[in-house]
Amino acid sequence: MKLSFFPVLGVLGAIVVLWYLAVAPMNIRVALDVAERAGAEVVPKGSVVRRDVSVWRLMAQNSGHVAQGYALDRPRLPTPQQVGQELWKTTGKMVQRGRTWSKRSLIYHGWITLQSTFWGFLLGTSVGILGAVLITHLRVMELSLMPWAIISQTIPIVALAPMIIVLSSQVGIEERGVPKAIISAYLCYFPVLVGMVKGLRSPAPAQLDLLKTYNASQFQVFRLLRLPASVPYLFTTLKVGVAAALVGTIVGELPTGAISGLGARILIGDQFGTPLAIWSALFAAAILAGALVTLLDVAQRLVQRRMGGRT
Amino acid sequence: MLTTDEIDDVTERDPSPDVVIAADGLSLTFQTNDGEVHALKDVSLSIERGDFVSFIGPSGCGKTTFLRVLADLEKPTGGAITVNGVSPEEARKSRAYGYVFQAAGLYPWRTIAGNVRLPLEIMGYSKSEMAERVSKVMELVDLSGFEQKFPWQLSGGMQQRASIARALAFDADILLMDEPFGALDEIVRDHLNEQLLALWARTGKTIGFVTHSIPEAVYLSTKIVVMSPRPGRITDVIDSSLPKERPLGIRDTPEFLEIAHRVRDGLRAGHAYD
Repeated sequence: MKLSFFPVLGVLGAIVVLWYLAVAPMNIRVALDVAERAGAEVVPKGSVVRRDVSVWRLMAQNSGHVAQGYALDRPRLPTPQQVGQELWKTTGKMVQRGRTWSKRSLIYHGWITLQSTFWGFLLGTSVGILGAVLITHLRVMELSLMPWAIISQTIPIVALAPMIIVLSSQVGIEERGVPKAIISAYLCYFPVLVGMVKGLRSPAPAQLDLLKTYNASQFQVFRLLRLPASVPYLFTTLKVGVAAALVGTIVGELPTGAISGLGARILIGDQFGTPLAIWSALFAAAILAGALVTLLDVAQRLVQRRMGGRT
Repeated sequence: MLTTDEIDDVTERDPSPDVVIAADGLSLTFQTNDGEVHALKDVSLSIERGDFVSFIGPSGCGKTTFLRVLADLEKPTGGAITVNGVSPEEARKSRAYGYVFQAAGLYPWRTIAGNVRLPLEIMGYSKSEMAERVSKVMELVDLSGFEQKFPWQLSGGMQQRASIARALAFDADILLMDEPFGALDEIVRDHLNEQLLALWARTGKTIGFVTHSIPEAVYLSTKIVVMSPRPGRITDVIDSSLPKERPLGIRDTPEFLEIAHRVRDGLRAGHAYD
């Protein structure tokens, strides 16, 4: 545990450093535009002219204005600090002011997304596990179900999402959460299905032979051998699945014209040209995903300790 | 499935009630991409109640296959075999034998007691009887006190003993063991062989034991079946003249060495074919 802490910090540090370095070339054009409008001397003059000059040249010729790129209102690439401030402004500060559930609060939007993710995850893992059980027990199912499961994943979810929304409103589902959960489940079930098929098939032939000598029923083989043997696969699979469910929900929020949820925040941020809103929503989504995966990791440790794991 | 009448018929036809396993002209041919593989060819053998029978031979001689046919884990393609007077399938369904595999194959997620309890759970024993039987067989294999340990906390030899306990937990009167000590070092192996003999004396079970160690086969058995490969067949059946009481030192006696010599000759004769 302690040893793995330093490499993680090291990578994080390197990312932050690279990010800060990248801000200068990314924002130099915007910074020069702002400076020129404020009446400062800029080489060459005119935004259109500068479009043909490389960012490196602009930085070299206007070294005095590079620093401005780190403090723009609408930067192309905000600094980590700006993202942090925006995150704080839309979360912690909102809580302090008693406006936790305001439409501008990321906690509110995160909660909306989390709910859909939860239902999508529940639906997706149920379908995935049920499918895996059928596939491992019935040869017919393996031949009929598996190809469709694979084909289902070749269709881009972005193309499918609007159709799911249209179809669900056609059958009279007004609740926005439902199509979102379905889209989320659509992305989530596949890794669970594949992982669980592998897990349920993981017992060695000798272990199956052993149960045969006891004349165990198929259900007993499933309950006493296949299911417990699949537990390590189950958790790995759930971690992938929950991340996929979150992505699915956010994708589901993009084309729905939704006004709440992290996906909606990203879309609105894009439409209104506020990159800070996009970046903070992105980070909120990443933090949410990290929290969900960590939660499952803790659950895995608890379960595996009960199942005689060495940790 | 046989009807009760048919089972009665088979029992009546049985020449000796003490014959537990009777194979007659047994053959098993696997179809592979390279053509037919004769795992067993024309194997005839009878094993009596209380026998300790070792099957010895080089790999591919069909010794494991024969054990697996006995246990109904493989279906023979020719000949006849009965276990307790009925077909292997019937015998398996009436839980007539415990099978010990080369790898202990304990479930890592169950404690040692939980592993030994596994067959009892499947067979639907009551809770109190399960506890009683588990503690009895744990004592039998000298593992008392390790009930709550997980398999990875035990040495290889102890794990194998636990797997023997698991096979003994229910009332099977036949114990089939497929190279159970093959992966263990010689010292542990000697110790377990001694314990196995003591256990056999105490329980009076019929034991089928696959090995490729000549000393192990001679030390343990009342009957040694020497087999040879391609096709898998029996080349010699030796009834041991050694007394039932066998200290480890018996392995240096002339009688022991004589039997070992005959086994070696049998193995060599089998190899002369290819």
